[in-house]
Amino acid sequence: MSTVVLLGVTGLGLGALYFLMASGLSLTYGLLRVLNFAHGVFLTAGAYTAWLIVSRVGGNGPARFAAALLGALVVGAAIAAAVEVALIRPLYRRHIEQVLATVGVALALGALAQGIFGADPRPFPVPPWMQGVTPVLGAAVPNSRLVTIAAGAAVLGALGAFLRWTRWGLIVRAGVENREMVQALGIDVQRAFTLVFALGGVAAALGGVLSDGYFGTVDPARGTAMLIYAFVVVVIGGLGSIAGSAIAAVLVGLIQQFANYYGSVWWSFPSSGDLAVVLLLVAVLLVRPRGLAGGA
Amino acid sequence: MRRGAGLAGLLVALAAVPFVPARAPGILPAPLNAPGTLQLLALCLVFGGVALSYALLFGYTGLLSFGHALFFATGAYTVDIALSRWQWPLLPALAVTAVVSLILPLILGAVALRVSGIAFAMVTLAFAQAGSILAFSNPGRLTGGEEGLGLVVDRLPAQLVGVVNTRYLYWIALGYLVVACLVSWRAVTSRSGRIWPAIRENELRVEVLGVTPYGYKLLAFVIGCFLASLGGVVYVLLAGGASPGITTANLSLALLLMVVLGGTGSLWGAVLGGVLYEYLDFRLVALAGSPGIHALPRWLSVPLGEPLFILGMLFILLVLFFPGGIAGVPDRYRFARAPKRRLLQGEEGTS
Repeated sequence: MSTVVLLGVTGLGLGALYFLMASGLSLTYGLLRVLNFAHGVFLTAGAYTAWLIVSRVGGNGPARFAAALLGALVVGAAIAAAVEVALIRPLYRRHIEQVLATVGVALALGALAQGIFGADPRPFPVPPWMQGVTPVLGAAVPNSRLVTIAAGAAVLGALGAFLRWTRWGLIVRAGVENREMVQALGIDVQRAFTLVFALGGVAAALGGVLSDGYFGTVDPARGTAMLIYAFVVVVIGGLGSIAGSAIAAVLVGLIQQFANYYGSVWWSFPSSGDLAVVLLLVAVLLVRPRGLAGGA
Repeated sequence: MRRGAGLAGLLVALAAVPFVPARAPGILPAPLNAPGTLQLLALCLVFGGVALSYALLFGYTGLLSFGHALFFATGAYTVDIALSRWQWPLLPALAVTAVVSLILPLILGAVALRVSGIAFAMVTLAFAQAGSILAFSNPGRLTGGEEGLGLVVDRLPAQLVGVVNTRYLYWIALGYLVVACLVSWRAVTSRSGRIWPAIRENELRVEVLGVTPYGYKLLAFVIGCFLASLGGVVYVLLAGGASPGITTANLSLALLLMVVLGGTGSLWGAVLGGVLYEYLDFRLVALAGSPGIHALPRWLSVPLGEPLFILGMLFILLVLFFPGGIAGVPDRYRFARAPKRRLLQGEEGTS
């Protein structure tokens, strides 16, 4: 029983990390029709910014982690906004070229991170309160999992509130539905594009910091690895839908975690969860080609 | 006619390379017919062919696949497993590789083509990821996991083994490129081949004209992926084995870069792009390891020491400033005096 609870909570934590990436991907796709390959770089940037701050600032209190978190979010937003302004905007409406440009960013900055910090993962000094465990239904659950889940849920709530109750959220929602009409009404959609990119960058950088705590290491290859699963989540959930992404992220995280565990226990095949996720994607595409939220 | 004669002349010149002891200082580190140079040139030819196979999908039919490396790796691993793990002779190994290389893209393409555009790109990426996980996780000790699978050469013909025989491998690579070109040329001049660019430009209009694009897209997918698998087979002979690096998304992205470098939509451009990319990659890796780089200040030596950083930057600049790639250079020159017409062309191709 306690194994199942532990796997469930860990899977939910993984799902929360996927959601933090997928939400930004899904929004940028919905509004700009751009598949952003550079999104993994935002996560890597957040992860390494936090690591740099933590390893340079003394003490071990919550202030140090807060500073690292804040720095990571600012860097994530800045890089994301810079990518939008420098690469996406000049290639306005040329979607394939926009995708190609973000591929270039992903390759170049990924290689740069590897060049600066080395190809091997490095240990991340996880704060003590995050390393402890909390008993949940008889299972000793690491606090980092709970923090990740809480952050994912908070971002889901905040994004929902932003989209529902603010003026900018209204513009973004209207833009996802029909961008030309929003422009025709005299609203500057361009700024909404930058905003959505920056928000996606913040969410991904938050995911980066939390993944440092979740895995206990900081790794230059994690951005790309997480990005592929975030893509799967976005397609399963339905492109452009935040709620769909959230449901799909939970589904993918849980299936991956359980299948990885039982695959290695029963068939000594530890990658079975990763394959199960791809099979889930195929199954969803065969039944509902437009994703869970997209209608049949 | 003149064009045919020119191509035949080029082919003869390329085939004669192993007999020419010329040096090209600054461009090649060793004489033209040295084994090291021949291996580099052979790799360039192989990736010229693989880039061409990807151009059939992406440049020609508009299928943005991020999983092309999967099919290259399928050819490489299947022939390697048959030869080295099962100890089969060469011909049965090639036969089973051909069968696998036809069936796999048929099945995966049939599923992935249920969606189009960006969703198709992501699905192919996920398939390739699954393949990569399989190659890394070493199921049944078949793929050799992270170390890859070295080629056991006992059963191979003697001409394919040993450094002194690199010229035979070079000719095989050249032969592969010729086959890839002939198949692609035959394909794009066929009836289906004429529908592919129409699908790329406006799929809805193709449907309205009463043609169902699905089958044509699947055909392009299977042909392109099969040619990529064939390239994987030649690659295994050249590289002396398969390593899991060829299954990762980085190779798919590199193929994309090759096609864009050559000029999206142009087949001969893709061949040139593939050759040039492989050459650049080799030179940049050599540059990264050279002592001159380490003498530079750190802010210069770190980026210059990462070939992918330079290639990624090159890619961004290409997309921003040279969207036509190599194949677009003559057009740029021709349209330089009529900027308006060029502008219209640019709009047309990018919608």
